[in-house]
Amino acid sequence: MSDQLPDLGSLLLRRVTGEDGAPYLLLTGNCTLAVLEQRLQALSAELAGYAADPRLHWDLTGIEQMDDAGAVLLWRAWGARRPQHLLLRPEQERLFNRLGKTPPLPAPPARDLLWPVTKLGGAVFLLWEHLIGIVILAGQLLLDMKYLAAHPARIPWREISANLFRTGAQALGITALVGFLIGVVLSYLSSKQLQMFGADIFIINILGMSIIRELGPMLAAILVAGRSGSSMTAQLGVMRVTEELDALTVMGIPHSLRLVLPKVIGLGIAMPLVVLWTSAIALLGGMVVAELQLGLSYHFFLHKLPDAVPLANLWLGLGKGVVCGMIIALIACHFGLRIKSDTESLGAGTTNSVVTAITVVIIIDAIFAVIFSDVGIK
Amino acid sequence: MMANTDCIIEVEGLHSRFGNHVVHEDINLCVHRGEVLALVGSSGSGKTVLLRQMLGLETPAQGVVRVFGQPVHGADRNELQGMRNRCGILFQKGALFSALSVFDNIALPMRELRTLDERMIRDLVMLKLKMVEIDAEHANKMPAELSGGMIKRIALARAMALDPELLFLDEPTSGLDPVLSEGFVKLIQALRSELTLTIVMATHDLDTLAALADRVAVLAEQRLLALGSLGEVISTSHPFISKFFLGERGKKTLGNNGYIV
Repeated sequence: MSDQLPDLGSLLLRRVTGEDGAPYLLLTGNCTLAVLEQRLQALSAELAGYAADPRLHWDLTGIEQMDDAGAVLLWRAWGARRPQHLLLRPEQERLFNRLGKTPPLPAPPARDLLWPVTKLGGAVFLLWEHLIGIVILAGQLLLDMKYLAAHPARIPWREISANLFRTGAQALGITALVGFLIGVVLSYLSSKQLQMFGADIFIINILGMSIIRELGPMLAAILVAGRSGSSMTAQLGVMRVTEELDALTVMGIPHSLRLVLPKVIGLGIAMPLVVLWTSAIALLGGMVVAELQLGLSYHFFLHKLPDAVPLANLWLGLGKGVVCGMIIALIACHFGLRIKSDTESLGAGTTNSVVTAITVVIIIDAIFAVIFSDVGIK
Repeated sequence: MMANTDCIIEVEGLHSRFGNHVVHEDINLCVHRGEVLALVGSSGSGKTVLLRQMLGLETPAQGVVRVFGQPVHGADRNELQGMRNRCGILFQKGALFSALSVFDNIALPMRELRTLDERMIRDLVMLKLKMVEIDAEHANKMPAELSGGMIKRIALARAMALDPELLFLDEPTSGLDPVLSEGFVKLIQALRSELTLTIVMATHDLDTLAALADRVAVLAEQRLLALGSLGEVISTSHPFISKFFLGERGKKTLGNNGYIV
């Protein structure tokens, strides 16, 4: 009848016949999660077996310690009600009283049958919200600039220069590396093709046009969108989480003036410089390979470059840089300010910011290509 | 008090410093099984650092911390996990996982055990919520939708999820209104009457201290200034202790609790 159990101190069940002739189940030992952990499944089945007998008297007074998990184990075995005959100590009485009064878990809200429609509609509205939000932020920046024009002493020089350093100077390494490698690859592949036609000399046109007009600005913009855009969004997001944004508001320092404007202007200045740098290094990479593969000397390459590429292309590249830089910063700040104070939203906000910034950069490039289709091309 | 007074946490020759800033110098401390030990000290005296070292979140520059007789730093993975399952921690700001609902936050440590079935977890979580007086309707909410006091109580429910033997409380009553603080103290007292619960808490709240603490450890000037029952600590003559306990507010609180007349 009794169960010999492995370790001392664990819960022991002993069925005996009491003086009044009724069957008793004596529980002794510890009924805590830490002690029962490995035996829970077996024990739960065993207890359920005992609970099937309504005449059984449960005597829990011999239990040394019982915690919530132990109580729930018994409670479940009894079928969520007390057995007819139950002996308890006062503190156990309290525990089971609490269990009896515990409400069930409310059902999670049922999913609407129309959820695909709601979801799609939600996405459309969200897109609209973002568009409006970015336009409002841009408008606010314009108003801020007007204000700063009237109060030049309030221009946040320090923040602008800090942003210039972080987004410009500190991005030189990575843009140089990527630019150089792209230049090398492009030059290598093109020179192979050109050699077949004996058109070696056109390597200068191909590299010059593609890098200065397209690749340089796009590479720089995409790298900066990933690098600086994410850091701006995360910075503003963490400031929301730590209530720093609220502190600024309460001090009467507008976010747009002190946080957003310096970033937009800083990146607007830094970006064309980074574009120039990336294009130069990419051309350098291309030039090195042209020398090795086709035997075009550096001097010849540099001498021929201005003839092959009209100057307008350089301005076009730099112009893309300015626009992309400001848009990247604007998008990053827009998403950063929308972040709510939980970690989930921080992660999602940063991802959305970078994805949007990169997409928009490419869209801007396409717009430039259409508008300036007959500029700088001979 | 419990009769057996073996050490559940031992701190031996503990030194800690951040750069050149020395926080602790040669701290020795033993937390007995079944007692409530309060760590007291001014802001920056290293209460939280000591608590974090006991949890193994920070490594002391020198010295050993043993919990359940095992060194916290350098125990192997299984031993450490076993130890962690026997400890519950209430962080100062709750530290609820913001990606999980209230229910899932409390269920997480239970699910990690992998021995409890989902129906039992459901009952247990609701019981814990009931224990900290959170209505069932909040179970499906996310932490971001809750007030500070609720976050604190749910964090306590999570700390108690596995019915730990050892409970660490970092500023348990900060951010709670007086009614909830009172309820919190009652709750801890009730838990202690049902289970052998050892509690280490860092607190500034003299009311909580007077109501719960069996012993008080005063940290100041990088060392353990005094260790003993509240009465003993108060009678230690040291400028910090007289300022801390016998200032204007201290006198009022401790007077109400019958420690000083």
